[in-house]
Formats: sequence, C-alpha cells, structure tokens
Amino acid sequence: MGETLTAFAASDTLIEVVYLIASALFILSLKWMSSPTTARHGVWAGEIGMVLAIAGTLLHHGIVDYKWIAIALVLGSGIGIPLGMVQMTAVPQRTALSHAFGAFCVTLVGTAEFYLRSPQVPRFMMSVLSMEVILGGLTFTGSLMAAGKLQEILPQRPLTYRGQNIVNLSFLAVAIGIAVYLVIHPGARQLFPFMIGIPLIFGVLMIVPIGGADMPTVISLLNSYAGLSAAAMGFVLDNKLLIIAGALDGSSGFILSVIMSKAMNRSFANVLFGAFGQVQTAAAGGEEAKPVRSATAEEAASILTAANKVVVVPGYGMAVAQAQHKVRELYDALTKKGVDVRFAIHPVAGRMPGHMNVLLAEADIPYDRLMEMDEINGDFAQTDVALIIGANDVTNPAARTDTGSPIYGMPILDVDKARTVMVIKRGMSPGFAGIDNPLYYLDKTLMLFGDAKSFVSNIVREVGGGHG
Amino acid sequence: MGSSLVDALFIFMLAAFIGFEVIRRVSPLLHTPLMSLTNALDAIAVVGAIILVGEHKSKFAAILGVMAIIAATSNVVGGFLITDRMLKMFKSSRPAKS
Repeated sequence: MGETLTAFAASDTLIEVVYLIASALFILSLKWMSSPTTARHGVWAGEIGMVLAIAGTLLHHGIVDYKWIAIALVLGSGIGIPLGMVQMTAVPQRTALSHAFGAFCVTLVGTAEFYLRSPQVPRFMMSVLSMEVILGGLTFTGSLMAAGKLQEILPQRPLTYRGQNIVNLSFLAVAIGIAVYLVIHPGARQLFPFMIGIPLIFGVLMIVPIGGADMPTVISLLNSYAGLSAAAMGFVLDNKLLIIAGALDGSSGFILSVIMSKAMNRSFANVLFGAFGQVQTAAAGGEEAKPVRSATAEEAASILTAANKVVVVPGYGMAVAQAQHKVRELYDALTKKGVDVRFAIHPVAGRMPGHMNVLLAEADIPYDRLMEMDEINGDFAQTDVALIIGANDVTNPAARTDTGSPIYGMPILDVDKARTVMVIKRGMSPGFAGIDNPLYYLDKTLMLFGDAKSFVSNIVREVGGGHG
Repeated sequence: MGSSLVDALFIFMLAAFIGFEVIRRVSPLLHTPLMSLTNALDAIAVVGAIILVGEHKSKFAAILGVMAIIAATSNVVGGFLITDRMLKMFKSSRPAKS
C-alpha cells in the first residue's frame, strides 16, 4: 500500500514536471511568433509541448479507461486534419469554428465537473466553474454564428432592433444571477441547465447585430473569451498548465481586440460589452450622382508602367474576387519594369486580424513588401499611384475631415495624398458600412469599374505587352 | 486549499502579463497565424477532458468527456497544421530570390 502511494506521488510529480516544460514551450512558442523568420520554430515548440502534456496526462494515476480516450483522440484528429487543410480564403470561418470547438470542450468539462461534485462545491470553485460555463457557452454559439456569417450560410447583414443591447445584457444578467445563486446554494442542481442555456442564447443574440466589417474585432474578442474560459477551467481542475495556456490565449485575443478596435476608432468599452455593429448609415443618400472619372485597363496599365512607386491597397473585395494571384502577377510584371511596388495593409482589412497578409503571402508576395499602416502612411505623398483593390472605408478621407461621418476619427490609409489614385470597384455602390467615399470624386482619382480579378488580369496583359 | 487557490491566481496573473508582453511584440503580419496558434495551444483543455474520461466516475461525465476530447483534439491537430501551412508561405524577397 505504502509503495503504491509513493508510486502515485512519483507519477504526480512527473506530471507536474512535464506540465512545467510544456508551459515553458508554450511561452517560447508565442515568443518565436514575433518574427516570420522564427515563427515556424514556434509551431514546433507548441507541438512538442502539446504532445508532452497529453502524454504526461495519460500517466495520471486515476485513469482506468484508456480505450475511449484513444477513440476520441483518433476521431478528433480525423476532424482536425481537414480543418487544417482548408483554403486560405476560408481561414476566418475556420478560426471562428475552432473557437467554437474550444469553448464546446470547456463547457462540456465544466458541466461534467459540476454534476460530479454537486452539492459539495466550494464557493470559489463554483464561481470559477460558473465563469467557465457562461463564457464557454456564449463563445460556443457566438463563434458558430460568426462562422456561419463568414461562410455566408447566415445573412452577413447586421440585424438590429431597438433596445437590443438591453435585451442582450438582461440575458447575461440573468445568467450571472443564477451563477451567484448557485455559488451560495451549490445543491440547486435544477438551475444548472439554465446557467448553460441562457449564455447559449446570449451567444447567438450577441452576433446577430454584427456585420462583416466588424468581424476582425469580434473574432479577436471570441478568441479572448475562449482563452479565459479555459483558464477558468484550469482553476476548477487546479491545473496550472491550463491556467497558463488560457491566460496566454486570453491576453492574445484581448490585445488583438484592442488593436482592432483602435483601428476602427471604437472605444474599448464598446468592444468589451459587445456593442459593435453600431455604424449608422446616416451619411449615405440624399445626394445626386457626382461625376467620376473612369479609365480602361489599357490606360491604367500605361500609368502604372510609367510610375516609379506604386502602393497597392488590398481589401476584403480582393479576397471575395480571389484576385490575390492576379495581383501577384501584376506585382511581378511591374517589378520587372523597374516599378517599386508595395502593399499597404490596414489592420482591419479583411475579416480577421492579418487576413490580407496571409492571402498575399499565399500568392507568393514577399512579406517585406507588405507594409503596416503606420509604416506606409508617410510615403503616400511620394507615391505615384495608389491602386485600391476591393477596399473602401479604410481609404475614406471623410474619416479625417468630416466630423459628421460615422467613421470620423478612424485611422485610414492616406491614399488621397498619392499623385494618382486608382480604385478597382464593381460599381458606385457604397461600401459595407454604407458610407459614401469622397475619394472617388477627386480629380486625381480614376475609377476602374469591373471585377477585381478580371480587371487586374487585363492590366497585367497590357503591362506585359500581350503575353501576360 | 486556500493557498493553492492563491497560488493559482498568482500563476494566472503572471501568465497574463507574460502573454501581454510577448504578444505585443508579434508582428501584425502574423496576426492570423498567431490566432490559429493560440487556438491550438488553448486546446490544452484536452488534458482536463482526458482525466474526465479516464477516471470514468460516471457514464454522463465520460460521454461529455469523449465529446470534449474530440472537439479539443480537432483544434490541436487542425490548429497546428494550418498555422504551419500559413507560416510556410511567408517568404522574404531578400535572400537570393533569382
């Protein structure tokens, strides 16, 4: 008996040591993400840490049943492989879906722990357990909704109604009220399903008013919630590795949410309480059609070829049109003619943080040609042509000048300072937020009407002199 | 019991600060792979589910645990896979491109 006890203790110590190593590897993994040259080491460190942690957990003395663990691990890997092989354009919805899976796992474990322990649940444990399932539940359905909107299974248009925030917040308040009651009376098992069910509904309601342009912020925020719920689970299980991984994920999502909300000039409270999608369409309409100058692919090609410096501004429209590979051909053709071509990436361009960078990297555009907003904004005055492909609001000069504009104050790419501005656009319809863009009516602006992919490939053909 | 709770809060606080400092330095270029990587790391929650299934304290808990392992493992495998695929694509023009 004494011998087995020491054996137990030894295996527990071993597990703790393995978890310690895994924690260190996780931190290194994120540290190596700071630069593209070391980032792949980060993935390896994370993988090694994960394998060690799972192997170490299997040594846990209480484990009697390995069969179902093995079956579940195999099934999970079977689902994970196709999810890891999706197209790069589908990465935003894949990310939202994986937030949902993570939250699902946490919610299930929290539920099982409650029914195993109730009615003997210490107060602190019940508080973190409530936090775990509330955050997990709302992240689960919220992320599924976000994934549905991004995949365009659900309507992308935001649905709003009067008093929406009050309705949503009262759902959340009821769930928290139940949590408080359960902390005091952990034997009230009949209330537990409500503490899960209400956040599940809240998660849906939270995403209903979100439009596509707000997705980068929302995905970051859901990322943060998923991390925090995992950290809460670490408190419940007294598992330090889980606390650390959850805290890292939570702070990562938090930082990205702050960056995204700054880039959209939203207040931080606005983001935290899920009150996004509030951009009103007040400024649109009521004006007669103003004259614009349009140009053909041939004209655009001759201006681009004559330029010294070109800055391309990609947006979600480029992703929708799948134009990134044609853009790379244009980059190659112009570079060959001695034109300096760079790309200006607004933080909220696309549907998730860093979305444009991944698409352009996939198209083999070297990453040192991809410029952040702050790096490139000073250079637009020396730029001959700013070529905007599928971006709108992030280039709208009204954000700088028009105090009445809904996007006033939002940091933008100063494309209007370039000598010539070209905008590839399907038609004159306003962008996602429904805000008119004065950029299009400037004398220096040429509108290139058409589908981004075919228009860019026409330009490539003209630049390349017939053999594009 | 009380001290292990306080320990856990200390660990959470320190990890959150490390997270802030480390992630602040991640280039915006890599924000998408960062998110898929943290997602994979976060799926370490699988260890909680493994214990739940392995201990088999009740059938209900074991069933929830199996579903939880499946969900978390798919994040681990899918997350690392796609992060690596993305990072492989990021190439610089400087090291001898011709």
